[in-house]
Amino acid sequence: MARYSTNEFKAGLKIMLDADPCAIIENEFIKPGKGQAFNRVKIRNLKNGRVIERTFKSGESVEGADVIDLETQFLYTDGEFWHFMEPDTFEQYQADANAVADSVKWLKEQDICTMTLWNDSPLSVTTPNFVDLTITDTDPGLKGDTSGGGGKPATMETGAVVRVPLFVQIGELIKVDTRTGEYVSRAKE
Amino acid sequence: MLKTIRLFFDHRDVLEVETPLLCSATGTDPQLDFFSSHYHCVANTESAADKRMFLQTSPEFAMKRLLAAGSGSIFQICKAFRNSELGRHHNPEFTILEWYRVGYSLSELINEVTELIAELTDNKKSPYKISYADLFEQTTGLNALEFCPQSYRAYALKNGLEDAIGLCENNHSLWLDFLFSYQVQPTLKQHPICIVYEYPAIQASLARINTKNPNVADRFEVFVQGIEIGNGFFELSDAGEQEKRFDQENSSREKMGLPQVKKDQHFLNALKSGLPECSGIALGLDRLLMIMTETQSLNDVITFPFDRA
Repeated sequence: MARYSTNEFKAGLKIMLDADPCAIIENEFIKPGKGQAFNRVKIRNLKNGRVIERTFKSGESVEGADVIDLETQFLYTDGEFWHFMEPDTFEQYQADANAVADSVKWLKEQDICTMTLWNDSPLSVTTPNFVDLTITDTDPGLKGDTSGGGGKPATMETGAVVRVPLFVQIGELIKVDTRTGEYVSRAKE
Repeated sequence: MLKTIRLFFDHRDVLEVETPLLCSATGTDPQLDFFSSHYHCVANTESAADKRMFLQTSPEFAMKRLLAAGSGSIFQICKAFRNSELGRHHNPEFTILEWYRVGYSLSELINEVTELIAELTDNKKSPYKISYADLFEQTTGLNALEFCPQSYRAYALKNGLEDAIGLCENNHSLWLDFLFSYQVQPTLKQHPICIVYEYPAIQASLARINTKNPNVADRFEVFVQGIEIGNGFFELSDAGEQEKRFDQENSSREKMGLPQVKKDQHFLNALKSGLPECSGIALGLDRLLMIMTETQSLNDVITFPFDRA
């Protein structure tokens, strides 16, 4: 893999740090007028999502990480692995619970997700910002209730629990924002 | 801004000068990378006889040659070029205002700088002045002039700066650069103008070592709202000492695996013939303009920043 010097650092660049693949979020060049230049870098560890800050002496170089993003379709889970397929090549990938992480509660069969591969194996799975899910369980709503006020918990087909307005019923399809886990609206089939 | 500056110096009888941007020699400072180019003896043809030329990293050497030739106090507004310096507050090509005052002490020059910046930034408050050592101790509790590796390391650990330990090792100057940039400089934001004087002797650059205290150099820096704007010296005029510093810097270059830089003989000869006692300073005009226009990045004040130049 290529090496990158601090001069090539920019947001989005994927590098290896302490044996983990990381993505640069922010890079600041610091140089006292007559002294050593530093690069102060904010980095996200792509394995655990943690953000750390590191300083490099300008001119140092680090190894790049072989990390790519793919659009894949979620096929099914066998309980141990989650299986995805790249629609163009039909190439299949199996991701473990670590890679799927919190995305698991939004994964619906046939949905398209972004899969991040590190050295060709799944590192993480990102669901779309909005997914349409069917409600499998919720308390019956009160007659005459419109929107606003309160709400109730509802269980989705994927197992996620979302707070929904009182008028939404079992069997209905709703749109959920996966970044916040919040109800957005009813959805059409 | 340029008009105000020219008027300012006109009133004070300081002569505006122009010196070459393309020079046959450059500075030896290992922390300053330069752009170089070749003069072709035959047009459109590269040959061994071609002469290597450098874009100036500052007009300092040329202006000191003028001073040695008896120019009297001079100022210049020009471009300077520094390779590999690119960031929010750095553009590889930038505009410098540099001036020298013959017969001025450092404190007289400090007053003049402050007056100019006050005029440009429309600030009436008097500047905050503090010595490097006092400021350093006030912020970190550490002694900037005497290197105690244990206490520097302990401070870094306590303040979440573990990276410094591996980066700076036992290099005192590097530690100062790191801690000053990360811990000290951010505290200067509150001051419209701040003057930090008596830099440690190990960071003397082209300043004279203080005659009373050999641990400090007659060097100061100007910070406007915490942003470094300029660097001033009581100028080193001893040609022997100057040559020694060039040699030291060249040997640091060797240790760092950097190519050697040919010493500027024109400049050394000028010093030998006698540089009058003087103080000088360079200000970064792009940064000053950025502050005057209340913007956050040099890209906001440069017509075509480096990536679109």
